[in-house]
Amino acid sequence: MKADPRGVLTGTHFLDGDHACCEGALAAGARFAAGYPITPSTEVVERFAARVPTVGGCFIQMEDELAASIALQGGVWGGAKAFTVTSGPGFSLMMEHIGYAAMTETPCVFVDVQRGGPSTGLPTLPAQADMMQARWGSHGDYEIIALCPNSPQECFDLTIQAFNFAEEFRVPVMFMMDEVVGHMTEKVVIPPADEIDVTPRKHTHKSVEDYLPYSTNGDMVPEMAHAGDGYNFHVTGLTHDEHGYPNMTPQVQDKLVRRLQNKIRSAADRICLFEEDRLDDADVVVVSYGITSRVAQRAIDAARDQGLKVGKLRLITAWPFPEKKIAELAAHVKAFVVPELNLGQMVHEVKRAADGNAKTFAVSHAGGAVHNPDEILNTIVEASRC
Amino acid sequence: MLNILDNRLDNRPDNTPDDTVNPVEQFLRSDRMPHIWCPGCGIGTTVNSFAHALIESKIDLQSLALVSGIGCTGRVAGYVKLDSFHTTHGRAIPFATGLKLANPKLNVVVYSGDGDLSAIGGNHLIHAARRNIDLKVICVNNLIYAMTGGQTAPTTPSHATTSTNPYGTFEPAFNLPHLVEAAGAVYVARWTTFHVRQLARSISEAFQKKGFSFIEVISPCPTLYQRRNKMGDGLDAMKYYKEKSKVKHGAPTSEVGLTLNGEIVVGKFVDRDRPDYQTMMRAQYVETLGERYLGDEVETECVCG
Repeated sequence: MKADPRGVLTGTHFLDGDHACCEGALAAGARFAAGYPITPSTEVVERFAARVPTVGGCFIQMEDELAASIALQGGVWGGAKAFTVTSGPGFSLMMEHIGYAAMTETPCVFVDVQRGGPSTGLPTLPAQADMMQARWGSHGDYEIIALCPNSPQECFDLTIQAFNFAEEFRVPVMFMMDEVVGHMTEKVVIPPADEIDVTPRKHTHKSVEDYLPYSTNGDMVPEMAHAGDGYNFHVTGLTHDEHGYPNMTPQVQDKLVRRLQNKIRSAADRICLFEEDRLDDADVVVVSYGITSRVAQRAIDAARDQGLKVGKLRLITAWPFPEKKIAELAAHVKAFVVPELNLGQMVHEVKRAADGNAKTFAVSHAGGAVHNPDEILNTIVEASRC
Repeated sequence: MLNILDNRLDNRPDNTPDDTVNPVEQFLRSDRMPHIWCPGCGIGTTVNSFAHALIESKIDLQSLALVSGIGCTGRVAGYVKLDSFHTTHGRAIPFATGLKLANPKLNVVVYSGDGDLSAIGGNHLIHAARRNIDLKVICVNNLIYAMTGGQTAPTTPSHATTSTNPYGTFEPAFNLPHLVEAAGAVYVARWTTFHVRQLARSISEAFQKKGFSFIEVISPCPTLYQRRNKMGDGLDAMKYYKEKSKVKHGAPTSEVGLTLNGEIVVGKFVDRDRPDYQTMMRAQYVETLGERYLGDEVETECVCG
């Protein structure tokens, strides 16, 4: 379906990434958000709080991130598209409810504008050190989707994509910004509402007698009902059967948890978005994401100027990890160079997917600033000689 | 969107009782029976009173949603034939807050235990009362963490023996009616599981209130609390409740704290009016935004196409 025009601020704007993210959420149909303030993410909900009363919906500032991350899920089951926004310390507190959303298949979006950690770390400075937390932070086996914008324009475009994936797969989607992308101001073009595709909720049309809340029809994503629709359904974070009723058997656990995983993994080719450039003749591929991809671009250009055969793979989707793409490249390149604002997170995934067919070089950075392009260039040179 | 008429509303046995059918059964998921609660546990009794309140109040069942947290009482959500949500530990109230804000037409009941609501969820409890979110909170207080084996809770009376205070507790307990009144609740009552009719009436009254209502139900845990404290079984608890309860409507909540073996003050303590969160929100937006305010109701077409 097309976007509700009331939420779409069509035009050419000069926005920072946080504000662009908010506009993306409104365009995607988000009409409810629950938040708790934390730098450098607060601007997203500040804008939402100002905008949503004029669009139809509401924002509430909750008492903490635990409350925000579950209130938004109450909002979803009440019939809204909903999201919350945070940064590292708040993201840590939200982990339990990311697991709850995964288990109950509550479609929703968690925006994490990453800052330096661990703990309180660097509240106003960038990092990309929550990438593994986004994937594995809650307990148990589950699968999520994570997207990484590298510009305010992508903060708008990909926030819509995040909501669309959330609805299609009934999964919590992590929107992994960083402080620089969040606070960087650039041109953002917001198209007319009738040019924005929005994925509707997978709401059931079945009768009360026929509806089973967690039954699937081959595509692994069950149909949803909202409170007040008359279905008298039950939702629980306990292991549950197709009725949504708790069932504490290994058989039901196996069936449920494998489905939660497979509904994402089986669609990974479609979910894995990336940008590639000059890969055809490349000996070395720089794999990067978020703000680091823009620093890496300069290093790649400089390396090409030196005659080095280096290409670019920018991860737009971080999770599920595009391991098929990495494996394909590993078959005919010498090495991957992976710069990221952490001491080595996604690089391990690249190494795993390369499976020994190409070398992997990390360009680590503890956060607080972006890389110097020369650090990446030096590693490209080193990788080219291997 | 489907709009299903719920014929349970017409089947309520208020005029012609059919004594072959338990009037409560229509509100229960009988396919989920037997339940997990122990013999002598009071939680089932509270559910019975809740069901009678649904009959008495004639509340629209389709608009009624029930939210529980974790624990023995948290399992109530799984047994009632309503839209029901078994959430995470302590977070029933913020989940219910989101549910109510996204769909203001819903009547939202939070049904959970003392540990869930006042310990791990204590911050949410006082903030929801402060905001005066229109939620009906039923707190089954068995004075202990029962699901996990009888550990000390913030509600455990001093000197009671628990699995984590085997030599007796010594920290003071929360007086829940006093806490929620101070935080802003508009309706506060307490009963025991001996007071099944009074409890049903209080729940019915709470349905008529707009705002944060809190009903505490003192309930026995024979398996863990009664046994460790040599207080007998479920029947002995009923005798204790009958003998030691004093009905004092309007009692100052500062004076209704519980002790190990002492008097249990029950009754309706608070019944006052102040605007609920959504009423205040709308008034504020109308005042500041005027016609630019488009309301807070989420249009279904915007979400479901």
